[in-house]
Amino acid sequence: MALIKVTIDGIETQVEEGTSILNAARSIGGKIVPPAMCYYSSLKGSGGKCRTCLVKVTQGSEKDPRPMPKLVASCSTNVMDGMVVENTASQEVMDARKSIVEMLLINHPLDCPVCDQAGECSLQDLSYEHGLSTTRYEFERRKFDPIDIGDHIKLHMNRCILCYRCLMVGDQLTNEREHGIIGRGDHSEISTYLEKSVDNEFSGNVIDVCPVGALTDRTFRFKSRVWFSKPLNAHRECTTANCSGKSVLWMSENNVLRVTARKDQNNEVTEFICNTCRFDKKEVKNWVIEGPAHISRDSVISQNHYELPITHKYKALENTAKPQ
Amino acid sequence: MASKKLLLEHIDVPGINTYDVYRQKGGYSSVEKALKSMTPETIVEEVKKSGLRGRGGAGFPAGMKWSFLAKPDGVPRHLLCNADESEPGTFKDRYLMEKIPHLLIEGMIVSSFALGANVSYIYIRGEYMWVSFILERAIAEAKANGFLGKNILGSGYDLELYVQVGGGAYICGEETALIESLEGKRGNPRMKPPFPAVKGLWQRPTVVNNVETIAAVVWILNNSGDDYAKIGVGKSTGTKLISASGNIKRQGVYEIDLGLPVDEFLNSDEYCGGMANGKRLKAVVPGGSSVPILPAELFYKTANGDARLMSYESLADGGFATGSMLGSGGFVVYDEDACIVRNTWNFTRFYNHESCGQCSPCREGTGWMLKVLHKLEHGQGSIQDIDLLWDIQRRIEGNTICPLGDAAAWPVASAIRHFREEFEWHVKNPKLCMERNYGLLESTKKFELVS
Repeated sequence: MALIKVTIDGIETQVEEGTSILNAARSIGGKIVPPAMCYYSSLKGSGGKCRTCLVKVTQGSEKDPRPMPKLVASCSTNVMDGMVVENTASQEVMDARKSIVEMLLINHPLDCPVCDQAGECSLQDLSYEHGLSTTRYEFERRKFDPIDIGDHIKLHMNRCILCYRCLMVGDQLTNEREHGIIGRGDHSEISTYLEKSVDNEFSGNVIDVCPVGALTDRTFRFKSRVWFSKPLNAHRECTTANCSGKSVLWMSENNVLRVTARKDQNNEVTEFICNTCRFDKKEVKNWVIEGPAHISRDSVISQNHYELPITHKYKALENTAKPQ
Repeated sequence: MASKKLLLEHIDVPGINTYDVYRQKGGYSSVEKALKSMTPETIVEEVKKSGLRGRGGAGFPAGMKWSFLAKPDGVPRHLLCNADESEPGTFKDRYLMEKIPHLLIEGMIVSSFALGANVSYIYIRGEYMWVSFILERAIAEAKANGFLGKNILGSGYDLELYVQVGGGAYICGEETALIESLEGKRGNPRMKPPFPAVKGLWQRPTVVNNVETIAAVVWILNNSGDDYAKIGVGKSTGTKLISASGNIKRQGVYEIDLGLPVDEFLNSDEYCGGMANGKRLKAVVPGGSSVPILPAELFYKTANGDARLMSYESLADGGFATGSMLGSGGFVVYDEDACIVRNTWNFTRFYNHESCGQCSPCREGTGWMLKVLHKLEHGQGSIQDIDLLWDIQRRIEGNTICPLGDAAAWPVASAIRHFREEFEWHVKNPKLCMERNYGLLESTKKFELVS
């Protein structure tokens, strides 16, 4: 396919036609990549909702150099040949992003110290980068009761930012979605109607795609802060259809605290795993350990976590765990 | 000068809602003319010539919209009529459909023929349930007389027309949300592009038009596009239904020639009949709750001192700093006893309730604005709250998927822009503001541009 030219924050790159601005930026990488709270590369139709990835298009294309009148969502706008995009270079974009973060936070509880998502929460990272240190919102926050949806998943609707990712997991990974959005506007909520359980082999993936702590793993809740556990890549021969069997084991000493699917450099899962792998295989002997999972140096999870020594430690562990 | 009656000419004829009377009055002649002597291309050309603009609010030229419709081989196309009239202050479509339903059916037939649609839908809001019954009866009558169904008038053109009742959400009046709702999904607006003209209902090329737009096509075909373009002023051609409400003597739906001076519309006995109870004019919302409110001193005259006219251009003169929009024609008049803060709070409450909750700025921002406005209205606000409110609306506008975010932001912005003193008075007189209204702004006030 023909490659087309696009310039983002002054950096020129060539991408295939039909690539979104966000993905073009990701192909460059680094600080110029707009943050995305709702777009998820492996979920079709995601994106456009959270508005954190808004960018300014200062030149529409080579042929039609007019700028776009409004900021556009980079995840759902495709590049044109010769397009010039400003992300961090534009004050307008940074201002808009600050607004969006503020809007996302006005009803989000500041309970990071007791939230299991802390340390791997996209909203936490986003507000660290773009948020205000104080709030201008002086009213009571929206409240819902936390509910158990099935044996494995806990829903804290208070923390939800309505990214719709978990609905797409329901639509695209399973035959029947059992949860949906009820209500409208700022009173809308993810629900299963009468707390019917979400129960199918791939439902656990909603936990991984949730950018915040709204959907958490009941088998892991309050066991450990994520940065105290050591992530290891592992795989197993899984017999469930469409399950990749590739996962990350979050270890504490010799115990598997939780199992998640693997995330790519954009913090997104591309190969999903089934609930058997996620919730039922919590022993080292179930898995073939590959080595430490790579964690960005900027992440709190990489504190005290050096990839090389761990490899040796757990390789040794794996050998002793194997049946003789 | 009396305005021409193109849509409402026979509105008072007894029994005009029945097929027989409507036919007697020359109804369905445009279908005969179109199907026998015109091609779809010539109809689109006529509508283009007429300069007819979308009557739903945005005012996009209808002929242009039609010509954008993609025509891939073997893919059905659809025409949808947007009868989800939910804008506060607007009730013209209801009047039209209730009184003269066959006009809409006739418009749907010729428009569908022009667009090559064989299945068309009228999406009507759930609160208009009884109107849907009227339309369904009209459709049955038209079908019984051979104007719908297979091989209409022996021309070989087939058309099925259905009425779909919505669930009562304002957002389903946004065209892509309407399409989602019609498909049976949650009425969330879609990301654009692709536009409905390329991928609309069931991913097929689709045109969505307002009731009044479709009804206007009938007259254009019966006469000609050029004749239609002669009515009105500049690019605002034809007539427009205005739903007049508020503190005026004669509320109701009026058909006016676009370009009628606002002074005449508000004060002549033919239309609104002037202010009720001898009160003075304070402000006007000229196009439904979404458009900026205009204070009296900017209503009669534009910032340049020209007389303001009821037209797309004249009402928008001066941009949002000193102008407004014609919008959907929901003309709401406020007299000196109206409280602008309370009115803004009321509008914001509506947008907060009707936001679909899909994108963050609108979902969270409308609720925030509502809470701040509630404080101000109930005498608990501070001066900083007014600035905060301005800042919130600025952060919503333009950052959302669909225009609902803008529609929520504009009334707040314009109220602060033009009536800041009143907001401040609410802050400074927390007790008094609960008991009485601020009254009139001094109309001699020197005008300052804020935005």
